[in-house]
Amino acid sequence: MFMKTDHKVRLLFAVCCTLVLFVSGCSVTPKVDPNIAYEPPKHQAEDVLREGVVYASDVYDPWEGMNRRIYSFNYYFDKFIFLPIVRTYEFITPDYVEDRVSNFVDNVFEFNNFTNNLLQLKFKRTGITLVRFVVNTTVGVAGLWDPATGWGMPRQTEDFGQTLGHYGVGHGPYIVLPILGPSNLRDTTGFVGDTLAFNNFGPPYWVDDDDVALAFTVVSAIDKRHRESFRYYQSGSPFEYGMIRMLYTSKREIEIAK
Amino acid sequence: MTKQLGRILLVSFFITLLITGLAGAYDYPFTDPFVATVVGTPSELSEKLPSKVPVKVDSIQMFPDRKVPGKLWSFSELRYSYTRQSGPAPLIFLIAGTGASFNSAKMIGMQKAFYQAGYHVISLTSPTHPNFVVAASTSGVPGDIEEDSADLYKVMQKVWQKIGKKIEVTNFYLTGYSLGAANSAFVAKLDEQEKVFNFRKVLLINPPVSLYNSVLILDALLEENIPGGLDNFNAFYDRLINAFADVYAHGEGVEFNNDFLYKAYEYRKPTSDEPLKALIGMSFRLSSMNMAFATDVLTKANYVVPKNLIIGRHDNTHVYSKVLSRLTFLDYFHDVLLPYAQSQNPQVTEPQMIKKLSLRRIEDYIRTSPKFGLIHNEDDIILLPGEIDYLRGVFGERAKVFPSGGHCGNMNYPDNVAAMIGFFQAFKQ
Repeated sequence: MFMKTDHKVRLLFAVCCTLVLFVSGCSVTPKVDPNIAYEPPKHQAEDVLREGVVYASDVYDPWEGMNRRIYSFNYYFDKFIFLPIVRTYEFITPDYVEDRVSNFVDNVFEFNNFTNNLLQLKFKRTGITLVRFVVNTTVGVAGLWDPATGWGMPRQTEDFGQTLGHYGVGHGPYIVLPILGPSNLRDTTGFVGDTLAFNNFGPPYWVDDDDVALAFTVVSAIDKRHRESFRYYQSGSPFEYGMIRMLYTSKREIEIAK
Repeated sequence: MTKQLGRILLVSFFITLLITGLAGAYDYPFTDPFVATVVGTPSELSEKLPSKVPVKVDSIQMFPDRKVPGKLWSFSELRYSYTRQSGPAPLIFLIAGTGASFNSAKMIGMQKAFYQAGYHVISLTSPTHPNFVVAASTSGVPGDIEEDSADLYKVMQKVWQKIGKKIEVTNFYLTGYSLGAANSAFVAKLDEQEKVFNFRKVLLINPPVSLYNSVLILDALLEENIPGGLDNFNAFYDRLINAFADVYAHGEGVEFNNDFLYKAYEYRKPTSDEPLKALIGMSFRLSSMNMAFATDVLTKANYVVPKNLIIGRHDNTHVYSKVLSRLTFLDYFHDVLLPYAQSQNPQVTEPQMIKKLSLRRIEDYIRTSPKFGLIHNEDDIILLPGEIDYLRGVFGERAKVFPSGGHCGNMNYPDNVAAMIGFFQAFKQ
């Protein structure tokens, strides 16, 4: 068996199974009590909304009941586990060191940018990514610094979800992933693909040390949350779930077009 | 001989005046008020502020006994933030604009500027934000500026009770932008009677004169600038996303950060103001939707949600957001705010209510109280023609009116930050 351990994929799978069991069969429509005579509100959907109109906020979301509960789970996971860890990390680590860590993590993940630019036949960007990796790993001392950007070679971010999108794969059903947050079937497939390729052919394979790979997974997860300013339920909108769903979908469209 | 020398001196004196006058000209980059309002101040032209200040985010409970419906669970405690100096210093309260929270981009800019200038700062969410509606609005029906400001005043006292022991304060100051500026004026008036803080100076930044007029303008910006009308919003949104995708794919050094809109504007200048107007209207509509929904669910106003329907925390509310996206602030005024006011006092008529929501109501107070100052823009889009002159008349020499900047677009521009800080600094002991 040539497959190496994939902590992320396995963890994700385990958490998914637990949550699916936990939340399966949840409904998303408000409970209507047959004994109550509901007074129609001043402005009802039937009067205001016209047929045939497409709404920007309509995103295909057949698993909404589960998604909303995972969204909520993520809030508590953030609040009680993830963010306290990130805050501790930020407290003990000087900003300067945090930036070095971010650069290091980005440099290791250039592997994904390389493979996906190549898969999309974007040769110039593939070349830039390769040169970036060489320059930053050597001159940039194992990627702690990023001199390549200063020399006119900015990061060429691509992932397998974008590659699928590039070849015309639609986004499919919206999915809120445990811990990782907003996604959809295409991007989740992409994430699994990237993770498998990374672990089996990328830096963890080169290093061939499970402990190092695990340590890197932990560090990169903390670093990513540290750089992500999004906080669940802080947008101030009672419609946050739908807004994020719309914005996530649009943002990915924009990224795929690049 | 002496006469000639005198003339030469006089001429050179005037030339010097002219040159210094020119050097002091206002160089904020956007003269189109809609561009200014949307794009704001690009970071390279903004006042240099510290990237981090020691901010504490905290929350208070105004109504511990209030039953908050499941859907609004995340709004049950009022969040605010503060940052304090190590020694004694003046304390300034900041009030956010329509729909904005204590940590909106503009509030963070102001917080940093005042912190850097040596003030303790307490940042407060607008009474029109769902968090305030649910956690701190006595009626749950925002819009009556006097009631909202009274709620704000109670919030200030509660916050002060909670954190006052940790802070050495020499004097209290107050400011706000947009609707928050109008709130500041009413809070200051209340403080004259209650005398809890005895605000020394109060600065209004880009306030509306009449709330009613301003919301009509903002409602219309959305309704009138989507080609084919609001039912074609999706096509407008798609074009917008495509334009952004184009900028992101081909623009140089474009990233999703605070400067994205500026880069997008630089790369693909729109040929007309239409899309910019629509964007401003859209942003206002989103604020109105959030506010109206919170009020509707909290007070059972029967506006878009059936009165007795219980919406659980995980329930889908998408259809209500769609209905609300088609309703104006004026609808809210007629169907929620006015009926609420009439339930309190059946004699209230619509014209009276409209008149009530205006700075004109406390004009005499503002005119005569020396504590007020005003920073505004000649081309602010939320004012009707003549309203800026009205404000100039009321504030007289205390008004600083910039020639451009739209609605709050220039707040981070160095001249504006200097004017804002300078107003208080002149009185800081």
